[in-house]
Amino acid sequence: MTAASLALLLPLAPAIFASGAVQLAGWHWLPDLGLNLTFRLDGLALLFCLLITGIGLLVILYARYYLSERDDLCRLYALLLAFMGAMLGVVLSDNLLLLLVFWELTSLCSFLLVGYWGQRADARQGARLALTITAGGGLALLAGLLLLGHIVGSFELSTVLTAGDQVRSHPLYPATLVLILLGVFTKSAQFPFHFWLPQAMAAPTPVSAYLHSATMVKAGVFLLARLYPALSGTDLWLILVGGIGLLTLLFGAFTALFQHDLKGLLAYSTISHLGLITLLFGLETPLATVAGVFHIINHAVFKASLFMAAGIIDHETGSRDMRKVNGLFRYMPQTAVLAMVAASAMAGVPLLNGFLSKEMFFGEAVHFAGMGDTGLLWPVIATIAGMFSVAYSVRFIHDVFFNGEPIDLPHMPPHEPPRYMRVPVEILVALCLLVGIVPAYTVGPLLAVAAASVVMGPLPSYSLAIWHGFNLPLLMSALAFVGGILIYIQRRWLFWLYDRYAGPNGKILFDHGLRWVIALAGRVTAGLESGSLQHYLALLIGVALVAGGLGFWGGVWQGDRPIQPLDPLSGLAALTLALAAALTVLRQGQRLTTLTLLGMVGLFVVLAFVRFSAPDLALTQLTVEVVTTILLLLALRYLPAHGTPEVGTGRRWRDGGLALMAGGGLAALAWGVLTRPPQTALADYFLATSLPEGGGANVVNVILVDFRGFDTLGEATVLAIAALGIVALLAGGRPAPETPWSAATGADAQAPLLLRIGARPILALTLLLAAYIFFRGHQLPGGGFIAGLVTALALVTQYFASDFRRAMQQLALGYRRMVAAGLALIAVTGAASGIFGHSFLTSTFTHVHLPLIGDFEIASAMAFDLGVYLIVVGTVMLILLELGQPEAEPVGSG
Amino acid sequence: MEALIAVVIGLLAACGVYLLLRARTFTVVLGLMLLSYAVNLFLLAMGRLALHRPPILEAGRSAYTDPVPQALVLTAIVIGFAMTAFAIVLALRARRDLGSDHVDGRETGACAESGGGSECRPDGSSS
Repeated sequence: MTAASLALLLPLAPAIFASGAVQLAGWHWLPDLGLNLTFRLDGLALLFCLLITGIGLLVILYARYYLSERDDLCRLYALLLAFMGAMLGVVLSDNLLLLLVFWELTSLCSFLLVGYWGQRADARQGARLALTITAGGGLALLAGLLLLGHIVGSFELSTVLTAGDQVRSHPLYPATLVLILLGVFTKSAQFPFHFWLPQAMAAPTPVSAYLHSATMVKAGVFLLARLYPALSGTDLWLILVGGIGLLTLLFGAFTALFQHDLKGLLAYSTISHLGLITLLFGLETPLATVAGVFHIINHAVFKASLFMAAGIIDHETGSRDMRKVNGLFRYMPQTAVLAMVAASAMAGVPLLNGFLSKEMFFGEAVHFAGMGDTGLLWPVIATIAGMFSVAYSVRFIHDVFFNGEPIDLPHMPPHEPPRYMRVPVEILVALCLLVGIVPAYTVGPLLAVAAASVVMGPLPSYSLAIWHGFNLPLLMSALAFVGGILIYIQRRWLFWLYDRYAGPNGKILFDHGLRWVIALAGRVTAGLESGSLQHYLALLIGVALVAGGLGFWGGVWQGDRPIQPLDPLSGLAALTLALAAALTVLRQGQRLTTLTLLGMVGLFVVLAFVRFSAPDLALTQLTVEVVTTILLLLALRYLPAHGTPEVGTGRRWRDGGLALMAGGGLAALAWGVLTRPPQTALADYFLATSLPEGGGANVVNVILVDFRGFDTLGEATVLAIAALGIVALLAGGRPAPETPWSAATGADAQAPLLLRIGARPILALTLLLAAYIFFRGHQLPGGGFIAGLVTALALVTQYFASDFRRAMQQLALGYRRMVAAGLALIAVTGAASGIFGHSFLTSTFTHVHLPLIGDFEIASAMAFDLGVYLIVVGTVMLILLELGQPEAEPVGSG
Repeated sequence: MEALIAVVIGLLAACGVYLLLRARTFTVVLGLMLLSYAVNLFLLAMGRLALHRPPILEAGRSAYTDPVPQALVLTAIVIGFAMTAFAIVLALRARRDLGSDHVDGRETGACAESGGGSECRPDGSSS
């Protein structure tokens, strides 16, 4: 498959060399977001495609021999190919958002590949670290690319790249640049985000060779090169890109020397070389850019071969520790020669590819020193970086292949790897030599076309030759070699210093930071989720207060509607109500008293409903009040008669403050509404259509059973569900009563005589009253709800007036069936209107004359109301009887 | 009149919220009821305060108060009853299963050390 894509790529190459760019394909994906599936192949993309597919092919061959029998080769191949596809997507995308999608895919593939040996802790941690850093950078990149698209007005690369001046002069340019660079630096492991790369070395070596040296980490510098025409050319670019690149170059080269792990050394060397490439792009001269592109190629070639060599050594000896792996030249001379050539290329030895790009870098450093007033700073820094580069390369060669005998190797004696495991290394090393010796005939054209698409203009004149005569860069190279070897000879002293004085590395700081964040999250969670209802309610009310309070901000508190005069009776009633409510709070410890006071509050609310023209509400509230009081009285049997004061006055003050603010807010809101004129459109509609369409004069009732019948159906269902829930809760057991039934009713367990005698006539009268309330409901205050509550009260009285058990037998009405019948009746009524071609719950009515009650309309809504009635009766009876029934002991035994 | 009703609504809500934040289940249920009163009155007030104008159509009368808030409040009263009943029964069940009428199902502070439950008596501070 890789070979196929490579084969597909090659015929396109001539077109690139001829014209510069080819539009490959384009489809619309999410055009509204500016996201299109457009692909484009130019010089830079061609170069990367060749690297991705070429090295990919070699890595796939190599991996076949690297993995042991126990490892799942299919999974590795699937992931590698998925990564390859994503990486090709990155380099071929012509749409910035599409590029980002592929970019994130490479991060995901990297995560899965680093964690390939998921049973090992270091693999899991390394994978997590790599994903956190690169995906975090990806988020920054997303923001940056969105800004860039916003500035340019298009996400198509072809447009963006030609809009460089527009981008650079935009006020958002600095933010855009910093965000994009964050993505680039995290991906390309630039200081200070470099530390994920050494940890990612827990991946199988083919993965390290492919993703973490040749391709994925190059995605960052690829993007740098890709957006070079749009973003570069400012001082900010020079400082950020050049500065970070320089720091990374020095830091990586320095640290690489002190790694004992073979792959660790290569990882830091990779960081250093990526820093070099970043630095070259940061210098902003065309020649430096050419050198940067050139070094991308060279580094990919020699570093991939070095990783493969390291993998072979690991595979054959079972260790990567350079303090143990010594003197391997005797055991595997062919591999040793290959690795030594590749390491020399890394050090920049003449006749190898690394030498050429390094000379170009040194030349640019000298050139740059000539332009500014920095003096010899740049050449000196370049030479120092070169020295460390030589030093760690020498260490790689000398420690591994010479330097005495191997120590404690798991596999002894090591031997050469299988033939085809070495072939990829051989090919890559051959490339090092070819490019190093005859650069103009091998890499020249590719480099020219790739660099041209980065610079977007005529290339400066440069010569890809080995010999430029005796000049400053050559002197710097010579100095670097001598210095590097000297450093290596003095290594014991340096190692001692490093071990003693090296500060904490990024990984440790990152872990500390991670632990801190997790602990912080834990504290926040523990603070919010204390498991205390009081705490939750206080938070909830507090948040509601803040949200509600914001609405008052800057608003007008009072409208201009005229105020109605206050009459003394209303004032007295309100005062009593307020007193009762306040006493309810103050006497909360004495529960029976509180309940009585609360009933009083309820009754005054009833009076308020009467006063303000709401007779239906008054009737409903009155009956509900009675039923609720009975219910709570029954419940009190099972609860302590006295409350327990709470510990701590601080909490009381806090709650008092919250309560006052909530009350004040609601009062202010009510005041604000009451002093403004009402919107009467809805009221007028219902008042006008109630009689002609609903057939009833009681508009509230008509709204409930007709206009808003669906709501009432839902409400009745809630009632039924509450009743069932209560039955289920109590069926699971109830607490032992604080007051036993026998004690509550006296020794003879008899109700008062008057009640016993009066109960039966009262039942008949109340049932009649209920019927009357029910039938008049459509015209006058009343209806199913109120009639249901009255009926339930009449029935409950029977239970308490006579022997509860006998009443249970005599009045053995199936209340559950009653609830079900009511619900069914409502549903059937609603559905019946469907038969006549109307929508659900449409009502119809006709006039009927009954003696006593008079002329009234019989509407299909009446059947609906009957359903409501049945549900209310059933629900209330279920609840009260469940709570009220005596405990299992025989009554009167105490 | 408007100011009076606004103050009454605010007072009911304040009392309700304060009781809602207490630690004993029965008190919390009472708080819920007080808050319901406040909210119901508030909803009714959304139709403005009208005297002697019930929304019952009569010949020869043209001024009626807004029936829509009343229909909403009627529903709210009945649902409020169902909620109160469910909450109090839930409290009973919690008391049986957890042996405490504290809203968190466990005693906190000094009462917990003395054994919790109904043995925990007032320690001087009334109310």
